[in-house]
Amino acid sequence: MTLTARGLTLSVEGVDHLRDITLDLRPGRIYTVIGRTLAGKSSLLRVLAGLQRVDAGTLTQDGTDLLQVPVWRRDTAMVYQQFINYPHLNVFDNVAFPLRRAKLSGEQVRLRATESLAKVGLSDFHARKPSQLSGGQQQRVALARALARRCKTLLLDEPLVNLDYKLREQLREEFRELFSGVGDSVVVYTTTETTEAMMLGDEVIVMHEGRIVQTGTPAEVFDAPATTTVAQIINEPPMNIIPGTVTGGRMRLNDLGAVDLPAHLAGLPDGPCQFGLRATDLSLSSSEGLRGDVTFVEISGSETFVHVVIADIPMVVQLEGIHDVSLGDAVLVTIRSDRLFAFSAQGDLLVAPSEQGGR
Amino acid sequence: MSRAYLTFKYAFIAVWASFVAGPFVWALTTSFKDANGVQGGATYLPWVDYKPTTRGWQDIFGGEGGVNVIQPFLNSLQITVLASAISLVLGSLAAYGLSRYTYRIGRMKNADIVFFFVSQRIMPPIVLVIPFFFLLQFAGLLDSIPGLVIVTVALLLPIAVWVMVDFFNNIPREIDEMAMLDGCHPFAAFVRTILPNSLPGITVAAMFCAVFGWNDFFFAFRLTFTEVQTLPQAVVALNSSIPPWWTLSAASLFGISPLVLLAVWVERYLSRGNLAGAVR
Repeated sequence: MTLTARGLTLSVEGVDHLRDITLDLRPGRIYTVIGRTLAGKSSLLRVLAGLQRVDAGTLTQDGTDLLQVPVWRRDTAMVYQQFINYPHLNVFDNVAFPLRRAKLSGEQVRLRATESLAKVGLSDFHARKPSQLSGGQQQRVALARALARRCKTLLLDEPLVNLDYKLREQLREEFRELFSGVGDSVVVYTTTETTEAMMLGDEVIVMHEGRIVQTGTPAEVFDAPATTTVAQIINEPPMNIIPGTVTGGRMRLNDLGAVDLPAHLAGLPDGPCQFGLRATDLSLSSSEGLRGDVTFVEISGSETFVHVVIADIPMVVQLEGIHDVSLGDAVLVTIRSDRLFAFSAQGDLLVAPSEQGGR
Repeated sequence: MSRAYLTFKYAFIAVWASFVAGPFVWALTTSFKDANGVQGGATYLPWVDYKPTTRGWQDIFGGEGGVNVIQPFLNSLQITVLASAISLVLGSLAAYGLSRYTYRIGRMKNADIVFFFVSQRIMPPIVLVIPFFFLLQFAGLLDSIPGLVIVTVALLLPIAVWVMVDFFNNIPREIDEMAMLDGCHPFAAFVRTILPNSLPGITVAAMFCAVFGWNDFFFAFRLTFTEVQTLPQAVVALNSSIPPWWTLSAASLFGISPLVLLAVWVERYLSRGNLAGAVR
């Protein structure tokens, strides 16, 4: 029942949406596709669903060439980022719609729809029209309809993006529970949010400009991002990337002074390279460090994000708690050099810091 | 809201309403008059100004010296209902196609094709009537109800397509896609999810069709002779050298009444509210 994609390529009016997508999606596992807006995530889902033709490539499941199977025979459910329900049907009939199309018996339809609505917490809303529900409830209806079908493939296209923050967190928690019951379906979930991708995914697929740039378990991708791009996509705030050079066992960050390479980077060859550092691995100091100017301060409540420019390089420092830093302040920034990632000048990962409770 | 504004507002509405309703009131009172009641100048109050009589109404239902409007009424009804139904079925399918798929005829794209449909109505009818005459003659359908139905469909279809393309364009495509993912063939998706959510649009289109179909005088006048007479023709036929105003008024009111009833009945389907909540 593995869903196998080989070399899927799609371009629309000269713009490449998918480039050579090759994937094996195994049943019973949840795949989160993370990437920035326009990375090709939605295109990928639309192709997997059969809503979009491809220019090249193959897509097979159970030995069937899915590209030859029209959408309505695919056995694929999808949840859109907009809350798409049938406006003329009430909540129960919305969920029952695909079951009735599949010619299930009336009793089966009733059981499955009721069960599915109970799972998403809408047992008391059977008779409402979608327009009489809040946004979060509407998305629950869409989700219940998708779950009730027990499809081979369940696709979710940024299902939480249009919800407010609190609701998003709440539904994200529930998703883990809901997906654990999908048995042998392939679940593909796209998102732009690191937390969502990490929390929900058994495997994370990182997309950038229509390509898959890395796949792996959340820990693998987080601990060893294959490129600087992945490192920036997978970290929130994005990983700080600092150009530098290595000469004779010493490193130089941009045009700051040279220092000895930290132990884990000892084997680095001479030449230009890039260093990566998570925002959490920078801190402010009162006595020593690199001089930087504060350009922007965000306080989320439990954390403070200080945007600084050090020697012309913009960086983000993430601090616990609320700190009194204001725009234009000159600050001293210390970096944990044992947490440095090293990338080649082209951006490929050379060395990642060993993982010691890193996250 | 100042008092002066409110006074002005309601005065304006009252003047406008009487301007619109005036002719109908006039026709209604006239239809209950006879020659004496009409010739003495404007009179309005029954039993005070003039002596009401039902002669005009008797005349149009086969009374002596009048006309029988029943058969023309049935003819008009058949033509309007059939032509509207055909136009709505063909029109909604065409409109759905134009709304959801991309077509190209030479250099014309979807929007141009839609405009091409509407442009059929920009031409003056007199240009169309001559070819229609020869076509119907060729098919042996002159002076027949099927002939008039075909011609009326040709007149109504552009309106139906135009109204409904716009309406379908406002229904998110994701609903069709969802229906297909949920196991509907594209045609089933259209019938089961798009049509039920287009009731207001279909109602508007149906209303247009009914009004234009029912009121057509020109084509019926040119394309029929003795066998088939439509209601507008029957009304106009009363217009002799000394028109019997009371009969004419009664026939006019009788001719208008189906559309008025239809408008009242249909009004409830015109709200767009149902679609709210389809998409955030």
